[in-house]
Amino acid sequence: MMKSKADEEDYWNSSKFKAFTFDDEDDEFTRLKESKQAVNSIRSLVEEEDDEDDVEKVSWSGEPIGSKAKAGGFQSFSESLSDSSVRHYAPELRKPKSEYKDYISDWSPEETVQRMQQGKVFSLEKFRSLQDKLLLLDQAVRVHDGNVITAVLIYLKKSLSKEVLFRELESRQTALRHFIHYLTETKEQRLLMELFRALGRTEDMALLQYKEHLSITDENKRRDFLKSCISLPFSPEDAVHVQDHFTLLERQIIIEATDGQAESGGKVEIFQKFPRRASILNMPLITTLYYCCFYHYSETEGTYSSPANIRQTFRIAEKQFFVTALAARAKLKAWLDVDSLFSSRNWLGFSRRKSPLSFHRVVDVLQKNNAPVQVLQQYVGLVDDAELKISLAQKHKCHDIVINTYRDLKDRQLLLGYRGKVGRGSAEERKIDELLSNSQIRWKN
Amino acid sequence: MAAHLSYGRVNLNILREAARKELREFLDKCAGSKAIVWDEYLTGPFGLIAQYSLLKEHEVEKMFTLKGGRLPPADVKNIIFFVRPRLELMDIIAENVFSEDKMHSRDFHILFVPRRSMLCEQRLKEQGVLGSFTNIDEYILDLIPYDGDLLSMESESAFRECYLENDQTSLYHTAKGLMTLQALYGTIPQIYGKGECARHVANMMLRMKREFAGSQNQILPVFDTLLLLDRNVDLLTPLATQLTYEGLIDEIYGITNASETFFDNLTVEQEFMTGVDTDKVNTYIEDCIAQKDPLIKILRLVCMQSVCNNGLKQKVLDYYKREILQTYGYEHMLTLNNLEKTGLLKPQTSSRNNYPTIRKTLKLWMEDANEQNPNDISYVYSGYAPLSIRLTQVLARPGWRSIEEVLKMLPGPHFEERQQLPAGLHKKRQQGENRTTLVFFLGGVTYAEIAALRFLSQMEDSGMEYIIATTKLINGTSWIKSLMDRPESQTP
Repeated sequence: MMKSKADEEDYWNSSKFKAFTFDDEDDEFTRLKESKQAVNSIRSLVEEEDDEDDVEKVSWSGEPIGSKAKAGGFQSFSESLSDSSVRHYAPELRKPKSEYKDYISDWSPEETVQRMQQGKVFSLEKFRSLQDKLLLLDQAVRVHDGNVITAVLIYLKKSLSKEVLFRELESRQTALRHFIHYLTETKEQRLLMELFRALGRTEDMALLQYKEHLSITDENKRRDFLKSCISLPFSPEDAVHVQDHFTLLERQIIIEATDGQAESGGKVEIFQKFPRRASILNMPLITTLYYCCFYHYSETEGTYSSPANIRQTFRIAEKQFFVTALAARAKLKAWLDVDSLFSSRNWLGFSRRKSPLSFHRVVDVLQKNNAPVQVLQQYVGLVDDAELKISLAQKHKCHDIVINTYRDLKDRQLLLGYRGKVGRGSAEERKIDELLSNSQIRWKN
Repeated sequence: MAAHLSYGRVNLNILREAARKELREFLDKCAGSKAIVWDEYLTGPFGLIAQYSLLKEHEVEKMFTLKGGRLPPADVKNIIFFVRPRLELMDIIAENVFSEDKMHSRDFHILFVPRRSMLCEQRLKEQGVLGSFTNIDEYILDLIPYDGDLLSMESESAFRECYLENDQTSLYHTAKGLMTLQALYGTIPQIYGKGECARHVANMMLRMKREFAGSQNQILPVFDTLLLLDRNVDLLTPLATQLTYEGLIDEIYGITNASETFFDNLTVEQEFMTGVDTDKVNTYIEDCIAQKDPLIKILRLVCMQSVCNNGLKQKVLDYYKREILQTYGYEHMLTLNNLEKTGLLKPQTSSRNNYPTIRKTLKLWMEDANEQNPNDISYVYSGYAPLSIRLTQVLARPGWRSIEEVLKMLPGPHFEERQQLPAGLHKKRQQGENRTTLVFFLGGVTYAEIAALRFLSQMEDSGMEYIIATTKLINGTSWIKSLMDRPESQTP
């Protein structure tokens, strides 16, 4: 087994060697030091009075040993040890006295931090007073080594009360950031929130708490959790969003239950024709709206699943609502409903000419839902921009529009050229021929 | 020897060789036959340093990918885990260790790349496996040579840490990486910088140099200048769609959109960059949201509009936010908050929009950009010159004093430092010999910016050659993704 500097630390830190670890709170290291000092002081006595029975001899563990032991080198003491856990000190103790400084004497914060950086053996336990601990922390921050800062913070977290630790971190931005990062990594949510609260970082705290909802899978529990978040100190805008989030999930749960029943009941036609492919739970708002425009379009404002109700409750923008309703009705090939969206009779107040969505986008949506040419043609015809209109008409084979446009432009060549694009013997072909032979039209070419 | 690394002025093979030597030394420490268990993310960077042949020379007989459960059987004496210092990987390692067959157990080792982590070792201890490892070491692979003129730390979280979490740990490692570079290539006599992070890195470098005082670096300096640039000095460039070949490949790979929408997107981007209608809700963006285009695409566009307008009008911002949350889910509130914190998507403050002035003074928008025969760096974005590269260009000639006013409009301090060279090491420049500048992007660099710098290097009368370094190679998508706050979900 090859030793490396890592080995040294592992040697001392590993669970196999329980007697001495650096984070060990019983601090056997200190006890060892004390007992060694005791032995040292005894040694001189014993050397002079060989047979003195009154001298109390102590073993490494600090307990008096029964028999009189001859003072000798440390080796003899270590050999007499039966406690296996303590025996592991022995190899180090065999070293000459001068090297003890490396292992036993007091290291300053600077020395300790340096040893930590170099991967050498170190002890944080000896930094007992608050002042010492803070000196250690400040030194760690000074050298910028993240691992060292984290190690010191772990020690402080264990050996200081929360209140004291938080108070001290408040004025130490770098250490504070490291601590936040540490708590985030180790997922200590509760402590992190207490920290934010203590620092007055209320919005951070609120957002952190809110984020927790992602790990709650049961929808009812999640809904209740979101409800509890509403009163948290969010910014005004965020508070509204959290409120909406709760309201949305609350409704989704109700809709899901009702629709689930209706579907399995087998009596509601739309669910039989278009079985639901996924649950509405936790879907975004617009997806929910689409669902309701699909399955609950005709419902009045009184129900949770009515699109009108959703639009109002969540203050959905005109355009968003329109495009969603359009897509849903187009999917169902409900062309009359689509038409109604533009009609001025519609309670939404849209007139045919004032669609909140540009007509070419309307055509786009309809085409994606496989609307027949007659339907597409209706809306292509409403596109204002002539060039765009023509290109859309050509793209979607709205022959009448193309023909009419070329006629209006009095462009014989274009019309002639288009003849080849319509079906042989079709009505469109006949129409083109009629126009071409119409002597009353003053063609420009 | 990697031929592609030594064609430039600076022979990055030296760096690569140093890295290979360290790797060899570690492998030899774990004497005997061995199998390496790889954190997949590392195979890319390592592939730039060493091929399997080197590993084989040091008795690596098998290689596996890190995953849970039991390790595959392999008749080797040692199992070495090559991993990033990430907590979740420690749990996997613990699983591997626990499932080891006690009868035929092998020696375990860990090599942390690019450095050890107290948190990770703590985790291993908590899992009860720390004592099972014979060697735990770190392989400080800070600056990886990707090409003859390109170095990257591939630190995916550097931007987020620095600009969102205010955690400058990665900058410490950047400084150390630069010290290593100087140890191999000589002390860099001149350091220029723009930005808070740049200042911080420079300070650390100067301090580290002081701490090693006494051991003077006798290597003849290869670099004349180091330029440190904060990413947030130019937030616009990574948001724009790159048009260079590599940039395009980097961006588009995996996207199935028709070329029509691609050009629509480009048009809108160009409108923003030239200041057209940046203060209103943009119809194209609205339409994209309405058809539920990928969220990241939306975020890039709204951030672009915000950056070009120095923040959005409150009404416009609220509108976009609402549309986004309603369409993609309220949980994305967290991401929107992050974007605001980093300054990418924010409300307009009372201060005026300086972007038009900056654009004009630095000539960021070049109408007659010719992509086939470019004569200016603006070809990389079809007429838009990356701000970061313009700054670099102006620094070389005529110098930053000529743009003091503009520099003040950009975030963070700008500064100049000089480092003492031992006597006799000052380079005597030959007639017509180029100067070499190392440009270090703190927070990420795009392929388009790299292309622009290479273009400058090749220009006949530039007198300058550029080597590029960064914390991470980014594109707009990966960059925004690193700021999103819902890592566990598949964000649409």
